[in-house]
This record gives sequence, C-alpha cells and structure tokens, in this order.
Amino acid sequence: MTITTTTNPEEHFLKISHIDMAFPTPSGSFTALKDVDIQIKKGEFISLIGHSGCGKSTVLNIVAGIYQATNGGVLLKNKEVNEPGPERAVVFQNHSLLPWLTSYQNVELAVDQVFSKTMSKAEKKEWIEHNLKLVHMDHAMHKRPDEISGGMKQRVGIARALAMQPEVLLMDEPFGALDALTRAHMQDSLMEIQKELNNTVIMITHDVDEAVLLSDRIVMMTNGPEATIGEILDVNLPHPRNRLALAEDPEYNRLRSAVLKFLYEKQRKVEVIPTTKTNKEDEQKATSVA
Amino acid sequence: MSLTTATINRLTVNEKMIKILKDVFSKVTNTLILPIIGIAIFVALWSITAKSIHTSLGEFPGPNVVVKQFSVLYDEHIAERQKAVAFYVRQDIRNAKKLEKNPDYVVKIRAYTGKETFVDQIFTSLITVTSGFLVAAFIAIPLGIWMGLSAKLNSALNPIVQIFKPVSPLAWLPLVTMIVSALYVSDDPLVSKSFITSLITVSLCSLWPMVINTSIGVSSINSDLLNVSKVLRLPTLTHIRKIVLPASIPMIFTGMRLSFSVAWMVLIAAEMLAQNPGLGKFVWDEFQNGSSDSLARIMAAVLVIGFIGFLLDRIMLMLQQKVSWDKSSASV
Ligand SMILES: Nc1ncnc2c1ncn2[C@@H]1O[C@H](COP(=O)(O)OP(=O)(O)OP(=O)(O)O)[C@@H](O)[C@H]1O
Ligand SMILES: [Mg+2]
Repeated sequence: MTITTTTNPEEHFLKISHIDMAFPTPSGSFTALKDVDIQIKKGEFISLIGHSGCGKSTVLNIVAGIYQATNGGVLLKNKEVNEPGPERAVVFQNHSLLPWLTSYQNVELAVDQVFSKTMSKAEKKEWIEHNLKLVHMDHAMHKRPDEISGGMKQRVGIARALAMQPEVLLMDEPFGALDALTRAHMQDSLMEIQKELNNTVIMITHDVDEAVLLSDRIVMMTNGPEATIGEILDVNLPHPRNRLALAEDPEYNRLRSAVLKFLYEKQRKVEVIPTTKTNKEDEQKATSVA
Repeated sequence: MSLTTATINRLTVNEKMIKILKDVFSKVTNTLILPIIGIAIFVALWSITAKSIHTSLGEFPGPNVVVKQFSVLYDEHIAERQKAVAFYVRQDIRNAKKLEKNPDYVVKIRAYTGKETFVDQIFTSLITVTSGFLVAAFIAIPLGIWMGLSAKLNSALNPIVQIFKPVSPLAWLPLVTMIVSALYVSDDPLVSKSFITSLITVSLCSLWPMVINTSIGVSSINSDLLNVSKVLRLPTLTHIRKIVLPASIPMIFTGMRLSFSVAWMVLIAAEMLAQNPGLGKFVWDEFQNGSSDSLARIMAAVLVIGFIGFLLDRIMLMLQQKVSWDKSSASV
C-alpha cells in the first residue's frame, strides 16, 4: 500500500514534513512551530489561516527556503528544499517591488534571471508583457511603483511571481493591505489566472471569505508558541466560483462558519479578538511584546 | 439666473488669480527677497563692526574694501599672465637668435616660474580637492558596500573606522609629509610632492563619512528586497548591481556630500600648514606678509572658499538628483 503513496508524484508534489521551528531569542529559544505536516497535490490551492503571530509566515518562509526548519524539512518533487529559488516564487506581503524599476523592469529582472539561457530577447519581452497583461497591468507597465496604486503594485508583484513559471506559488497575505473593493477585484483576477494556469499555491490570509472562495483546502493553524495544524478543511465547491452566488450557498456558509468556529471558539485568543484591521495591528504589537 | 452664475464664475476666476499671485509672491519672497534681506543685514553689520576693530595691520576691512581687493587680485592675475606670455616670447626670440648663430644648438625651453596668483591658487585647490575626493571615493564606496554586505567584516573594521574618523587633518599631515618624502622619490616627478601630500591628507579625512554612510545604507536595505534577490538566486555581482547599489544610492550620496565638504575644509588647513600650493597657502602667505591689504585679501579668500564649498555641494546635489531614483532623498 505504501508503494502507491510514495510513487504517485501527483499526491506528494510538495511535502511539508513534520517541521519544527525554533528561533533563538535573547531570552532563550522560542519554538514557533511544532510538527507542522502538510501534503500538497500538484495544482492544489491551499490557504493558511490562523491568528496573527501564530507562525503562518514562518511556514511560508520555510517552504520558500528563506528560513531553515530546525527539525523536519520540505520536499518538492522528492527533492529537499534548503535554499530559496525561483521554482518557489513568493508574493510578499508588502509587494516588495524594487522602487527604482518600472513594473516592466521589475518583471524583467525575474525573467532575465530565470530564462537567461532559454529565451531570446524578443521572447522575453513577449513573456513579460504577457504576464503583465494577465494581471491587467499592461496599461501601466512603464510606471514606477510610486506612481501606481497599492492594488496595482500587488498585481505587479503577482505578475513577477507568475513570470518565473514557478512550480509552487507562495503568497503571504497578498491582499492584506488592500481595501475591500480592490481586494474582491484581485480575488476575481486570481481565480481567473488560476483557471488558466492551474498553479500549485499556498496563500496566507486573515480573511475567512477569501480562504473559502479561493481554496481547495484550508489549513487552520493553532495559536503559538508551538503552533501546529489544528484542522484541515476540504472545500469542494465547484469552479468557477462566484462570490454573489456563493453568499446564498449552504455549503459555502457551512465552511465559512467552520473556519470561524475554529478561529473564534477553539483557538480563541486571550488577548483582544481581532475583528477589524486596526485591532489586528494592535494585537500584533501585543503579541510581539509578550 | 444666468447673471448670478456669471458673477459666481467671475468671482472664482478672480479668486484663482489672487491665489496664483499669492503663490508666485510667496515663492519670490522665499527664494529671492528673504535671502537678499539676510545678506544685506549681514553686510551692514559687517561694515559697522569692521570700523570698530583695529588691528596691528590697520582697520578690519569692510565690504567695500574687500570688493576692491577682488578686482586688484584679478588685475594681478591678468598682469602675471601677460608677464608669462612676454617671458615665452622673449625666450622664443632668444632661441631663434641662438639657432641662427649656431644651427646645432639644442633648443631649451624653460617654464615660466612666476608667482602663483589668487586665481591659480583657486584652480590648484580645486584640482587637489577633486583628486583627493575621488581617490577616497574609489576606496570608500567599494569598502563600504563590502562592509554593509558582510556583518563579520563590519564588526572587524568598525573600531578602526570609528577611531580614525575623528582624527584631524593636522595630525595626519606630518606623518603623510614624511612618508611621501620617503617613498615618492623620482628625478622627474609627474606631480609635485606637495600635491601628493595634500591629496593623501584630504583622502584620509574624507574617507570615513563615505565608508560609514555606504555601509549603513547597504546593511539597512529592506530585507524583503533582499529576499526577492534570494528567491531569484541573483549572482553576487548582479545582486550588487541591481539591488544593493540602487537601494543604497541615497545613503552613498549623503556620505559623498559630507565627505566633499570635509575634503574642502581639510584641504585649506593642509595647504596652510604644509605650504602646499592652493588657497590655504594664499591665506598663510598674506598673513605672513602683513601688508595693509593683507586682511582684505584674506577676507576675499574666505568668501571665495565659502562660495566654492557651496558650489561643490550644489554640484554633488545635482549629480545625486540625476542618478538617484529617490528624488525626495536628494534635497538640501
Ligand atoms: N526571525 C525571528 N526571530 C524570532 N522570532 C520570530 C522570528 N520570526 C518570527 N518569530 C516569531 O514567530 C512567531 C510566528 O511569527 P510569524 O511571522 O510566522 O507569524 P504570522 O502568523 O505570519 O503572523 P501575522 O499574521 O501577523 O503575519 C511569532 O511569535 C514571532 O514573534
Ligand atoms: Mg505573517
């Protein structure tokens, strides 16, 4: 029986295998993660949800190779991940565009690096423009980050990640800093892109609706320290998903309340429960002090 | 109805006009009128206090005396130039005559060795400060980048930087002079020893602000940008060229501007003390002369030194605005 599970690459495309993460701090070692274990299929869209400070970014950074797990490890196509690389593209929480480059040049930096040998100049140009078009940013590709809005910057960040043709796309609260309308628009764009490219995605979010709307599975994390996976929720809603239609859908509402229950009953924080954006930030401070 | 809208429109047009006039007015006041008033008050105070200061070389020069001295200095420069031309003409005639008498005569051309004028000294100083600054920049910026990239190197070199940073040029000068005399021996030197001494002293003192600012700029690059570079696996040189340099350009320029003003101050002191040609030597010579014009000539030199320092900073600022992507960092 074990033979089938280990040889099927679809099933075990990305394996986050029993990772622990301890940070050295002035007051001794701080165990942020304990035995986090997820198997991800190719083409699967996973959301990581959990209270602020529980260790979501840490998980993502370990998969990206930016952090090294103290125990356990990450396997991508049965190869151990131990450094960052373009096959695991990251969309950072605050877009992280290089402010001195235009949108086009930001994507170009990635394309030049990843396809330096395999693409001609003309092909690269076409590929850069194609990816910017995918996120509807082709009209402002020669503008610099300080000349475009927050949502547009985030879209360029996504275009840059997509342009690397990654095997796994890692997104750390990609829409966290956006207003509700822009956020909805970006989620629709992402679903559209996902339909076309069928990427393997791990996305961190604080937003329950976003998690249910976009994911195939929702991974819910317990509070830290020694955070681990609390529950995993399968989302079997048919694609394409429409936010208006779903609002009435009983299955959608069941899933939604399951996540809410996990977050606000089972993993209820001792501190102020984050209900709004500002509270969330306050609470982040409180946890980092504590 | 139409009448009221018309009046409203006219009102707003008038208001707009008034607003534009106000803007223009405040701009003119800030950039022109206020500075002129400031300078006028300064000149007035100067001429009043100058009259009541009596030195062994006579009354302290007021603004009008100094202005006169400027034209004297310029006339002296022109006169010296004419003398030089005359010297070469005489030499040519002499050589031609000698050749006429003896066709085998090997022509000797001697350079004119007249006294350096004020204008010559200005140029000497400018060349020295620029060379010293460039030498310092060529060492400091790569070193600063390296220190910013490597925390280990930074910890290793930081104490040295911190100790040498506050050292005055006057302390370096004797050492540099002795070392240059010992090491720079050549029968036909390309540049004079005194030039090398000033240059090294200037470099030694202007090195540190650039090293410190560059390394701080590099080590404080946003970690997200560094992560972008890691995810892309940029090779070290590309990483420096595409991420590190542009990200730290504002800090590098801050260091360069600081260094250039340090370099200019140091140069004047070095020239004065070491008798290296330049504006500093001009000031010292005048002080030693002790003629009745000396104070006015020194005061003229002071104004020129200040003005050149200001111009140099402006040039650096313009350069920064050209090179830097972050226009807001390139302000006064
Ligand atoms: N480099 C580090 N050194 C020490 N402790 C760290 C480090 N990075 C994270 N931590 C700690 O690990 C825990 C998890 O942090 P992490 O950033 O992964 O949380 P998060 O779930 O992403 O939070 P948020 O939703 O607010 O982004 C926190 O308690 C944090 O203080
Ligand atoms: Mg986070």
